[in-house]
Formats: sequence, structure tokens, C-alpha cells
Amino acid sequence: MTTRPTMIEFQDVHKYYGDYHALRGINATIKAGEFFSLLGPSGCGKTTLLRTIAGFEDISSGAVMIDGKHMEHVPANQRPTNMVFQSYAIFPHLTVEQNVGFGLRREAGTTEEKARRVEEALEMVNLKGYGRRAAHALSGGQRQRVALARALILKPKVLLLDEPLSALDKKMREQMQVELIKLQRQVGITFVLVTHDQEEALVMSDRIAVMFEGEILQLAEPEVLYRRPNSRQVAEFIGVMNFLPAFVLGEAGDTVQLEVAGLGRVDIEAAQSTGRATDGTVSVGFRPETLTILYDGQKAMDRETPGTIEEVVYYGDMTYYDVRLDGVEKVVRISMRNVFGRPVLEYGSRTRVAWSAGALVLFR
Amino acid sequence: MKFPALRTYAYLYLLFLYAPIILLPIFAFNDGTIIAFPLKGFTVEWFRQMAANTTLRTAVENSLIIALSSAIFATTLGIFAARAATRFSFPGKAGIIGLIMLPLVLPEIIVAVSLLVVLLGIGVTLSVFTVILGHVLICTPYAIAILNTAFNALDRSLEEASYDLGETKWSTFRLITLPLVMPGVISSLLMSFTISLDEFIIAFFLAGNEPTLPTYIFSQLRFPKQIPMIMALGTCLVAASIVLLTIAEYFRRRGIAKTGGTDTGGFL
Repeated sequence: MTTRPTMIEFQDVHKYYGDYHALRGINATIKAGEFFSLLGPSGCGKTTLLRTIAGFEDISSGAVMIDGKHMEHVPANQRPTNMVFQSYAIFPHLTVEQNVGFGLRREAGTTEEKARRVEEALEMVNLKGYGRRAAHALSGGQRQRVALARALILKPKVLLLDEPLSALDKKMREQMQVELIKLQRQVGITFVLVTHDQEEALVMSDRIAVMFEGEILQLAEPEVLYRRPNSRQVAEFIGVMNFLPAFVLGEAGDTVQLEVAGLGRVDIEAAQSTGRATDGTVSVGFRPETLTILYDGQKAMDRETPGTIEEVVYYGDMTYYDVRLDGVEKVVRISMRNVFGRPVLEYGSRTRVAWSAGALVLFR
Repeated sequence: MKFPALRTYAYLYLLFLYAPIILLPIFAFNDGTIIAFPLKGFTVEWFRQMAANTTLRTAVENSLIIALSSAIFATTLGIFAARAATRFSFPGKAGIIGLIMLPLVLPEIIVAVSLLVVLLGIGVTLSVFTVILGHVLICTPYAIAILNTAFNALDRSLEEASYDLGETKWSTFRLITLPLVMPGVISSLLMSFTISLDEFIIAFFLAGNEPTLPTYIFSQLRFPKQIPMIMALGTCLVAASIVLLTIAEYFRRRGIAKTGGTDTGGFL
């Protein structure tokens, strides 16, 4: 990944809509051939940022570079990018092949050549033989494929995807996620995806930029985002994270000594203290799956803490327990895989919770 | 039906609306100059008279020229205005659109008189052309109202997608926008044509010595002898309207079927 050249570069990009500050100094680089996601809640500016790449939004200050070229005076129809729209924007009065071949109208080449390219593009998205169908007669998943083929046929340097899967049902969405990953590997084009679905971003991306209120809070690989979120906002947006109030007793070299409510004295590594807390409080966070409910006779690998089960949520493959650790007001959520033969515990029962200092993240 | 009173009301309403129109062809073929029952006998004399009447022919020609021109001008202006109103925001937009829509609620007689004063004031000779001016003025608000709906229903990302795929703003308009708002354009043309064709007040004030269909019909009503011929003329107009509307509706439905949209109701 590190050897790849830069494809897109944002240099201190600001965007104002009247008084509204939509993008607040975006600095980031997207590498060639990367599957990059812009993740955030609605209104965080992720779609605006994507549209600045496409050329549909002018920026108020800063610069957007694509493949080393300044994009300021390059209109959308001359940029080396193509877009898959949230609504797919399939032209309803044209057939599938007219839609897919739309971008070839201005390209050089014979009619036969263009027809062949359309055929190839349709094959690539598994829509072989659909060419003559009316575009409006397609299902949601098929429309999406047409939109992909139409955007990829021009072999852009960057493919922009604006929440492409949000209109599909869950099964179809999961299937398309895998197909998109494969497609991206096959064509090797830089993909930039906008999504509000953290799971989608984690599944598909090489790197993710998490955006809040017009800023990128963290830009990292999915695993880093999940395990070492740099702020409580990022931690809460991506998956579930438990927080317990903490107090820093001291720091010595690579070790931070903490007093954590319910967990007691803990020593963590300095590397676990990457999180920012904007409100001045100090807390530790940990994911539900890093805790384990101990059954009778089981011993903790590292540390254990007693508590009471307050709520049981059964999901089939998983059970979520809300456990009140002794001495803490707040409950923490623990997820347990329902391994064969392991009973689901009852609400109200006493339990012991095993945990490990290495799984904690300190926010201060 | 649960409410016999409502049903009776509905039937009475339809009778009141259409009975006079049914009387038109009946008396158009009646062999008698007095419009009264009992009917006397069958004749096509009134149609023959109508065909031979040169003033009437001039009036029909004038009216068709005026209606066609007004429809095309009003719709063209409507396309520009509707696109601007639905796609862009600019200072004073609401006010400007409001001013354009104002003739919709202004009494026509006011519009006609003020236009007459202005046109005579700047020395324009009254003719078919001045009627077209007046008709464009009153048809444009209807055109905009119809076309606004059409442009609003158009997904903006369709235009962006075309632009993104390398087309220019103009070719996008031609290849994507125009075909998709075409049902609205046809509705607008039809609406403006109909409004202009039977418009009386503006035509009366601004036509000068040129007759239009409505002003000619009005002038002939003073002569009882001419009334059967007017009946024949009315019959032809009703027949033409039905044919025209049927054709328009056919194209509208075909357009909807072609783009897979949902039918949001047309004229019929």
C-alpha cells in the first residue's frame, strides 16, 4: 500500500454554503488503486466532499488534485472521474445498452467497437444479454449494475460511489459488497465510496476517513479504526464501545497507570492512549467482544471482575448481555458467541467477567 | 352507491355541463333557422354556408396562426422559466416568478386594456401579431405551471450523470432533459393552444380589423339568420377538440409507458 502513488489529494479544502461551513479544512490523500471510504452520519459533509472530486461542487478555498493535476478549472465533464449516483440515475427513456454506452457517444471508434465495449461492460457486471431491455423495467440490483457498467466503461481514473447500496435490501447489499470488492480488484481503478453504514465501510475499504461536521476525525485502515479509535465520536460511530470513567495515576515510560471504575488498577501501554476526549473527561473504552462471561469453573486468562446481568438480548448466533459491574452505575455490553452446549444466562443472575488490559483504549 | 342524493347531483351536474354541447350538432343539422324544438328535417346546408364564408375562413386562419404561435412561444418561454425556477436559486427568484404568474389572476379585461393603451402609445398597428403578444402573456403562466411539475419530477442526478459522462450542458438538455419533460411540453402546448383559440377579450381589443374565431362568432350572433351556421361551426370545433385531446392523451400515455413512470393523471 505504501508504494502506491497518490491519486487524489485534498489540500485544506473548505466549502461554505452561505454561512454554513460544510467542509472545514480537509487534508487527505487517496492512493491509486485504493478502495477508499468516506464514512459519517448524514450531514457530515461526506457527499459534498465526493462531489468536489466529481466537479459538481466548487470549493471555497484549498485545492483538489487528481493524478497530480489541479482541478480548479476542470469541469465535471472533463474530469477523469465517473460516478455511481445514490439514485443510480439510470436514463429511463433509454435501453440498458444505450445507458451503458452513453459515455461513448463522444469517444472515437466505430459502432461495432463501441457495441463490443458495451457488451464487455455488461459482462463485467453480470448483465450479459440484458442490453436490449428497457432500463425502467430493471430491479434495484440490476439498475445498480447498469450504473456501474455505465461509469466504468470510460475507464476513469477514479470511480465515485455515492451510497450505492443504501437502496438495496440487506441480502442484496451483502452480495453487492462482495461483488464490488471483486470488481475493484479486477479493474484496479481507485474507488471512493460514500457511506453512512460503518459495517459496509469496514467490509469493503482499504482505508476509511471518518467524518463529523465537515472534518475528518480519523483516517486509517478498518482494523485500526475499530481497535484504536482516536476519539469517542469515532468509537461510538463504528460498532459498539463501552466506556467507563477512569483516572490517570501516573505515567512511566511506555506505561500508563490507571484507576478505572469497576475494573480497579490497570496498567496499559502508551500506544493504547490515542483517543481524544473533547469534553475534558477521562475514560477507557472497550468493545463488547473483548469481554467474556465466565461460567462456573472457568478461570480468567488475565483479569476478572464480578457483576450482575441486567439484560439479555438473544440474536441466534450471538447473545448480548448488559452487565453491571460491581461498584459502577453504568452497565457494559458484552457479546458472547452461542457456542454449542453453552447455556444462555438469565437476567438477574450473578456472573464473573473476564477482560484484558490490552483491549482497552484510553480517551483523555 | 350509498348516497342517492350525491348520485343525483352528479348526474344533474353532467347534464347541465354537456346538454348544451349535445344541442350543437342537433341544430346544426336541423332544417330551420329558428333554434327550437320540434326539429324540422335533416340538412347540411349550414355546413355548406360555413365552408363558403370567406370572412369565417379568414377568422379560422387567424385564430390558428395566433393559437399555434402563442402555444409555441409560451411553451418555449415556459421551458426556460421552469428550468430556471427548479434548478437554480438566484436573488429575487420568488418575486420574478410571482410577477410572471400574475396574469393568471389578473382580470383579462385589465390586461387587454392596458396592453391596448401601451401598444397604441408606442405606435404599434393592431394586427394578428399584437393578439399573439397578448396571448403569450396569458398562456405563459399556465405553461410554467405545467412545466414546473414536469421539471420538478425530473431527478437532478440524471442531468449530472449525463454531464459526468462527458456531455455538455446543452447536449445534456437535448439528450436527457428534453425527452423526459416531453409529456409536460406537449401538455403545455395543448393547454396554451386551447386557451388562445377561444380567448375573446384580448382578441377583441388587440386584433384591430382582423377577425378571430371568437370575435367573429360574437359578431354574427346579432343576426338570427346566421345562428344555424354558428351551430355548424361549433359542431366542427367540438369534434376537432375531441380528436386533438385523444391524440394528445395517446402520446402522453405512450410516453409514460416508455419511461416506466407512474400515471399522475392527464387531461382525460
